[in-house]
Amino acid sequence: MTLRHRPVVFTLNGRRVSLRVHPLKRLLDVLREDCGLAGTKEGCGEGECGACTVMVDGCAVNSCLVPAVQVAGAKVLTIEGLGGRHPLQRAFAEHGGTQCGICTPGMIMAAAALGPRPTLHEVRVGLAGNICRCTGYEGVYRAIRNAGARGQEPEARRQRAGPRIPNPESRIPRPRRRRR
Amino acid sequence: MRTAISPLVMLQPRTVRDALRMLRDEGPLTPMAGCTDLYVGLNLGTLADGRFLNIWGLDALRGIEARGDVLRIGALTTYSEIIRSAEVRRRLPMLAAASLEIGAVQIQNRGTIGGNIANGSPAGDTLPALAAADTLVELRGLDWTRKIPFADFYTGYRASVRRPDELITAVEVPRVAGAQWFRKVGTRAAQSISKVVMAGVRAERPRIALGSVAPTVVRARRTEAALADGSSLEAAQEILRHEISPIDDIRSTAAYRREVAARLLAQFWRDTAVRRR
Repeated sequence: MTLRHRPVVFTLNGRRVSLRVHPLKRLLDVLREDCGLAGTKEGCGEGECGACTVMVDGCAVNSCLVPAVQVAGAKVLTIEGLGGRHPLQRAFAEHGGTQCGICTPGMIMAAAALGPRPTLHEVRVGLAGNICRCTGYEGVYRAIRNAGARGQEPEARRQRAGPRIPNPESRIPRPRRRRR
Repeated sequence: MRTAISPLVMLQPRTVRDALRMLRDEGPLTPMAGCTDLYVGLNLGTLADGRFLNIWGLDALRGIEARGDVLRIGALTTYSEIIRSAEVRRRLPMLAAASLEIGAVQIQNRGTIGGNIANGSPAGDTLPALAAADTLVELRGLDWTRKIPFADFYTGYRASVRRPDELITAVEVPRVAGAQWFRKVGTRAAQSISKVVMAGVRAERPRIALGSVAPTVVRARRTEAALADGSSLEAAQEILRHEISPIDDIRSTAAYRREVAARLLAQFWRDTAVRRR
């Protein structure tokens, strides 16, 4: 059945992937079922909760509302692409930004799309589409603001420190090869 | 996803012309742009359509361009692009304000102005702004282009003059004189569907458009005329209460909507009076 479909080719967490999936299959399902990346969660399935947030070409999107065909040629970044040691991931753990964890990958991807040093207002607006039903938002906001303060050093300071202090982004390990 | 996708068919045009030919020869087809509403229906299993035309990749339909007095916005321009556009913020701040209140960032990055128009929900948040700006909707067929005044575009609930072989390709907004105003009333600031949404232009002849108070977005012509003729705000509010035809539904009640619409009118009138001084 699936062989009838033309492959959808895109970049997933820095690697080129080519998948023979139905062009209308949701990106969310492609990630979880065809790529084995179960970090992206399904909450509502109607673009309300943000649990399925990933980045497409640097923009946060709800992967439950994106057909596979529409990421052809695009760069997709999922929570797995942050590698587990991203400053935001550490900050969520340290500042109580997570409880049951279902909303967390989406929250972190929405936060990652904000860029360095977002103001509290920018965080609140940028995460307005990410809903948490257990721990609330203060810990989440605290985590994001502290990740910014610690993780994203100003360009000048980073340069002065020389190459031995790596840019946190460059520490992101490449994702492991996934079963297909 | 509750809809079985295996029987669904999708056509992939390379150009706008290609898309228009497919609409004519291989229809009926449902054009799919940012999919932020279409996929809600697919996910919930409530969408009956089975054949789709993926126009997301047609970059000729993207972009915002000022041509003299006309601001032209391509149908595939996303809400995020509208929000970031200096041209829109300068000429049409009520459209930027409307776009900021649609969904949240994830939806704004994907949803398009053409999709909002085509979807035709009475609660579509850009629609009152487009109506109050006397926008033209550009429809293209394989060998014709026509521009429809916004007030003539909708013919009923989610129904429009767009033929099945036409695509919405752009909107053209003339220069709007006067102070612009926009307000959406929903259950929360983000991710809510409007209970009442209103856009207004304070000019010699004021222009007022509302969503979620009738089967389509509506211009409040009698209210506009009353205000233009110098009638009191209270009288205009009373006219507005009778001019709209809201219903009770899952989000609100007709009585609440009438009252909120009247209060929005008062707020519009106060806010724009201050701004004009």
